[in-house]
Amino acid sequence: MIPELGHFALILALALALAQGVFPLIGAARGTLVWMHVGRTTALGQFLFIAIAFGTLTYAFVVNDFSLLYVASNSNSDLPLQFRIAAVWGSHEGSMLLWVLILAGWTVAITRFSHHMPEEFVARVLGVMGLVSAGFLAFLLFTSNPFLRLIPAPPEGRSLNPLLQDWGMLLHPPMLYMGYVGFSVAFAFAIAALLSGRLDTAWARWSRPWTTVAWVFLSLGVALGSLWAYYELGWGGWWFWDPVENASFIPWLAGTALIHSLAVTERRGAFKGWTVLLAISTFSLSLVGTFLVRSGVLTSVHAFATDPARGAFVLVFLGIVVGGALLLFASRAHRIGLGGSFDPVSRESMLLLNNVLLAVAAGSVLLGTLYPLVLDALGAGKVSVGRPYFEAVFIPLMTPAMFLIGVGPMAHWKKTSLPDLATRLRWAFAVGLVTALLVPFAMGGWSTPVSLGILLAAWIVTSSLAGLIERLRLSPVSGGILAKLGANSRSYYGMQLAHIGVAVFIAGATLVLGYESDKEVRMSVGDTIEVGGYNFRLDRISEVPGPNYIASRGDVSVTRDGRAVTTMFPEKRTYGDKKNPMTEAAIDWGFVRDLYVSFGERLDPNTWAVRIYHKPFVELIWVGWLMMSLGGLLAVFDRRYRVAVNKWHAPSSASLLLGAGAAGAR
Amino acid sequence: MTEDIITQGAVAPGGRTRLAGYIPLLIFLVMAVFLGIGLTMNPRDIPSPLIGKPVPEFSLPPVKGGTLGLATADLRGQVSIVNVFASWCVACREEHPLLMGIKEKGLVPLHGINYKDKPDDARAWLDEMGDPYTRIGADISGRAAIDWGVYGVPETFVIDRNGTIAYKHIGAVTPEALRDKIMPLVAELQKSQPRTPL
Repeated sequence: MIPELGHFALILALALALAQGVFPLIGAARGTLVWMHVGRTTALGQFLFIAIAFGTLTYAFVVNDFSLLYVASNSNSDLPLQFRIAAVWGSHEGSMLLWVLILAGWTVAITRFSHHMPEEFVARVLGVMGLVSAGFLAFLLFTSNPFLRLIPAPPEGRSLNPLLQDWGMLLHPPMLYMGYVGFSVAFAFAIAALLSGRLDTAWARWSRPWTTVAWVFLSLGVALGSLWAYYELGWGGWWFWDPVENASFIPWLAGTALIHSLAVTERRGAFKGWTVLLAISTFSLSLVGTFLVRSGVLTSVHAFATDPARGAFVLVFLGIVVGGALLLFASRAHRIGLGGSFDPVSRESMLLLNNVLLAVAAGSVLLGTLYPLVLDALGAGKVSVGRPYFEAVFIPLMTPAMFLIGVGPMAHWKKTSLPDLATRLRWAFAVGLVTALLVPFAMGGWSTPVSLGILLAAWIVTSSLAGLIERLRLSPVSGGILAKLGANSRSYYGMQLAHIGVAVFIAGATLVLGYESDKEVRMSVGDTIEVGGYNFRLDRISEVPGPNYIASRGDVSVTRDGRAVTTMFPEKRTYGDKKNPMTEAAIDWGFVRDLYVSFGERLDPNTWAVRIYHKPFVELIWVGWLMMSLGGLLAVFDRRYRVAVNKWHAPSSASLLLGAGAAGAR
Repeated sequence: MTEDIITQGAVAPGGRTRLAGYIPLLIFLVMAVFLGIGLTMNPRDIPSPLIGKPVPEFSLPPVKGGTLGLATADLRGQVSIVNVFASWCVACREEHPLLMGIKEKGLVPLHGINYKDKPDDARAWLDEMGDPYTRIGADISGRAAIDWGVYGVPETFVIDRNGTIAYKHIGAVTPEALRDKIMPLVAELQKSQPRTPL
């Protein structure tokens, strides 16, 4: 009975989404205020009903209701509670339900924080969100219903894929979806602006915080996915250029371009057409990613149940949403106007170059991901595009972009002088260069790629610091250094933090690539292997029962120069009826290095194939991503956005005036 | 569902059409067409580079308790099916009843390559599940399977009467694959004359 309630709630949500998609748009076109207001109420109602549906499905997992096909396929009564909850989004149907829940959540957030925008604009945004939501709800109900019954109910379920029974699984998909879906807000803002024909700086300012929040979530999602792959898959790698990873990385690249381009549009009114196109593209690429993951057109390590009917539905939906949006863009593009002019050497031009590089990078990752599909479609055979392609294309594209991180923030708007820039940055460059020359020797040996990577990382850090020092020196604020520091906006510090995060990431990736060592060996009890200056001794192997698995666990004691460092416990787990054993790598985390031991195959009762890695500074990779995300967060909490939100009932705020002006001008 | 958006946008009063604005749409449409074609194909249909090539040179001894091993020469002269299996392989258990069915019908000889198995385990498997194979080669080291391009068990090959590999099925044989692909191919190959007189 309870699942039927959930099913029914989902149908009601679809009806509300359609109402939200139709009435506010018509209302905005005709100027009928009552119709525009429909958006706010339907958005809330839609969220409520989807939350009910989500709640009932979660309940079914918690009480082990195996009469639901979806529960029986993805959970069993041995599964610990937290993973039974994570199992709600552990497979296709439930993850789509989470997707629409998040979409409805974002929509409600818009209704809450939109009082400074003209009602007509909000109505259009909500209308577009409603149409997108209606598409996804229809997708759920018609092709991926999680509430289908399995009668008679089996006594026990099939259990969640052991790979997903992990805390990373609790967090990674919700974060990723928050990002993907969050870009639908930027998309809706862009469409609303195109529809109203008013692509002004106000639109960019309203859109900016939403886009940044979505970008923060997507960054966290991508980073968590990478971290999860690192410790759970047991291969010791942190990025595999797998199609599904790319599906999250492509929108991230486009989104990164978008937040930069929005800055220019807001400040200078330039790149308007390009920014709108990026906003449309970023969300479209999120949808393409969804299509790739769920239609089965590409093979991948991610085991989503695939079904051609779902693929066809998503493709048609993609065609309507993206095709419609791009058609609208095309018909309005010539009216967009150019905005403020700028010199070939200016902050604008550098941001434009950064945008082009990021967009080309996104395009080439997309190309590499789709290339096998395209060749296959042309009958030219099966190929797989892997790491060599992506590295050969991605690194050269990103290198100049990384260089620009240092220069861009120092350049002036409109016009800047190159010799002047060079003078202001000469010390930053010198310090960066010396660091790049010294670090490889400190790490134990010269390597040109490492030196180049460190040069970029050090350059970003030193030039960011140079920028900060210059700001303090020229600061008009009287008082001590603290007062001067406090005078800078949070979005400035957010930018700095995010940029230094990029540097930290580059340093980590470079060092681990250059100096990691690993051995793949047979180890019997009593054997000792040396990797990266550490001695690993397999002391014993024992059988350890877990809540829903049996593990063969090795005790590996690690010593360095005779002193004990740690004891590590790599495991090979066998879950229930699943015959494929799972590798649970043992990782000794450390800032300077990770030690990583992972069991391969059991060769005889006392001997395992073992992989041991010494990974210097690998954690900087995720620290860097975390810094980027925190930087974004800091920028969102900038004072000017809070002013705009708090003062909506005091109609003196500049943004409200602008908003009213925009509405009145129609 | 975005019809109303589109019709509103299509009318551009007083503006001249700039074709450049349509470029993104065009790029998207091309991509969508390829995605659409991609939907109709199965990426797991991986063609083996060995298809159309003669079977590799190999000679394997019989499994424990058996008398007939398997070698290249055994695969010439008539159409046959070669199934790579192992006692430790779960999917092999799944397809086994279908293999027994092939033996019962007797339309085509079925040979086995026992891949990386312990002799005792292989024997116990055949005793317990039934032995559908005319000949079985025991590939304990897995060396011959490498020459066959095997990268997962089970795999099933259709060999024509010239000893050329005509088809490869990866994974457990399903009733559909047997009915729609493997058996029709066997029947067709059996009808055709040997291309080169032996």
